[in-house]
Amino acid sequence: MTEFLQHLVNGLSVGTIYALIALGYTMVYGVLKLINFAHGDVYMVGAFSGYYIAHALGAGDRPTLPKALAVFVGSMVVCGALGAAIERFAYRPLRARPRLTALITAIGVSFLLEYGFQLPSFGLTTQPFPPGPTPRFFPQPFARVSWSLGGVELSNYDVVSFAVAFGFMLLLQLVVYRTRFGRAMRAVSFDAQVAGLMGINVNRVIAGTFVLGSVLASVAALLVAGSRPTINPLMGLMPGLKAFVAAVFGGIGNVPGAMVGGLVLGLAEEYVAGYLLSSYRDAIAFAILIVVLLVRPEGLFGRVRAEKV
Amino acid sequence: MHYGAVEALRGVSLEVPDGQVVALIGANGAGKTTTLRAISRMLRPSGGSVRFRGEGLGRLASHEVVARGLAHAPEGRGIFLNLTVRENLELGAYLRRDRDGIAADLARSFDLFPILRDRQGQVGGTLSGGEQQMLSVARALMSRPRLLLLDEPSLGLAPQVVERIFQVLAEVARGGVSLLLVEQNAHKALQIAHRAYVLETGQVVMQGTGRELLASPEVRKAYLGE
Repeated sequence: MTEFLQHLVNGLSVGTIYALIALGYTMVYGVLKLINFAHGDVYMVGAFSGYYIAHALGAGDRPTLPKALAVFVGSMVVCGALGAAIERFAYRPLRARPRLTALITAIGVSFLLEYGFQLPSFGLTTQPFPPGPTPRFFPQPFARVSWSLGGVELSNYDVVSFAVAFGFMLLLQLVVYRTRFGRAMRAVSFDAQVAGLMGINVNRVIAGTFVLGSVLASVAALLVAGSRPTINPLMGLMPGLKAFVAAVFGGIGNVPGAMVGGLVLGLAEEYVAGYLLSSYRDAIAFAILIVVLLVRPEGLFGRVRAEKV
Repeated sequence: MHYGAVEALRGVSLEVPDGQVVALIGANGAGKTTTLRAISRMLRPSGGSVRFRGEGLGRLASHEVVARGLAHAPEGRGIFLNLTVRENLELGAYLRRDRDGIAADLARSFDLFPILRDRQGQVGGTLSGGEQQMLSVARALMSRPRLLLLDEPSLGLAPQVVERIFQVLAEVARGGVSLLLVEQNAHKALQIAHRAYVLETGQVVMQGTGRELLASPEVRKAYLGE
C-alpha cells in the first residue's frame, strides 16, 4: 500500500507537469489545427530564463520568497513573449499555406531554439549566454523539507508543485470557459472565419493563445527545475513529446482532455516503471499513443464533429 | 473576384439604399454567396470596391467591417456548435460594451424567437436546422448592424419556420436596418425586397424592384418554377 501511494504521489507530480505542457499543444491545435513542435523548447527556454533571472537576482545564494516570485513571473513573461514572437514571425506568414508547411516550420523553430541555445556563448556575463550544451544547475528557490507520512515520502517541493499546477489549471479553465477572451478562443477554434464575422480579431486571439500556452510551459519548467535542477538545451524534447501524447490521448483541441491526459500518462508511467520494469518508463507513453490512435483516434474527450444540415 | 485562377464574379455592381431590403437571386454557383463574402471580407476580393455609409472598406479585415456596422449571417448558418445558444448570441455582441443594451437585445432575441430562450443553455450542436437559422439571424442582430447580409436564411427549413424568419426580417427592415438577402427561395425574397438583382455566372443579368421581377416572365420561368 505504501508503495502504491508513493507511486501515486510521484505519478501525479510528473502528470501535472505533462498536463501543463499538454495544454499548450492542445490550445494551439484548437485555434490553428497545428501541432506546435517548438512547444517543448519553449518549456526549455522557461527553465533557462528562470535560471538567468535567478542568478541576476542572486536567488541561489540567498533565496527569498519575493525573489522566487520574481523568477516565476519573469520567466512567464519571457516565455509569453517568445510564444507570441514564434506565432507572429514563424506561423502567421504561413497561415494560408498548406498545413504541412507550418508543421515543418514548427520543427525548424524547435531546432533553432535547441541548437541556438547550444552555440558558443558570448562570455560577457558570469552566466554565459547562450548556455551551450553543458548542463547547468538551477538554483534552489527554497530549502527542501521532506516528510514521511506512513512511509510515503513527500517534500515541500511536491506540495508547492501540486498547488501551483492545479492552481494554474483551474485558472485556465476559468479563462477558457468564463471570460470574453475564452469565448472568442473557443469560437475561433470552431470556425475562425465566422469568428471574424462576430467582430473577433482572430490574429489577436491566436497570438493570445500562444502566450497562454507558453506561460503554462514556463510554469511547468520552473516546477521541474525546482526539484530536478539540471537543465540543458535539449531538456524540452522528451517532456514535449510526452505532453503531446497526453494531449492526443485526452483528445487534441480539448482543454480538460489535456489535463486528464497528462495526469493519466504520468500515473501510467510511474506504475509501469514501479511495478514492471523501470526501463519501460518512456516506452509506455508511446505505447499509449499507438493504442489511442488505433482504438480511439479522436482521444478520450475528443469528438468527431457531426453537423446538422 | 477570383478563386485562384477562377473568376467567380465579373463586374457585379449593386447598391443597398439605407433602410431598404435588397434581394440577390440566382442559381447555384451564380456567385451570390461570393458576393456577400467579398462584402464582409470573409474573402479578399481581387478587385473592385465596397463603400459602406460613405466610407470605402478598402483592405479591412472582417472584424473591422463588423465594427463599422455590418453583420453577416453566413451560408450554412455558421453557428458555433461547441458553444451554447446564449454564448453564440453574446458573441454577436462581441464588440459592444454596453451591458444594459446587450441584455435588452438578448431579451429581444428571445422575444423574436422564443424557442431560443428555452434552448439558451444548450450547445449549438443540439439545435435543429430551423433553430440554428433563427439563432444565426438573432446573433447577427446582436451587433446592432446598419446593414445585415443574409445568406439563404430559408434553406432546408420547414415552411412555418421560413414564415417566422421572414416575418422577423421584415420587422427588422422596418426598424431601419438595411438587408441584403441572398435567396434560393426567390418568391419569398422578392416579396419583401424593395430592389432585387438576378445573378448568373458571376454577372448581374437583371435588376429592378421586387415587384417588377416577380412579374417578369424570365424570372418566373427561371426562378419561380413556372
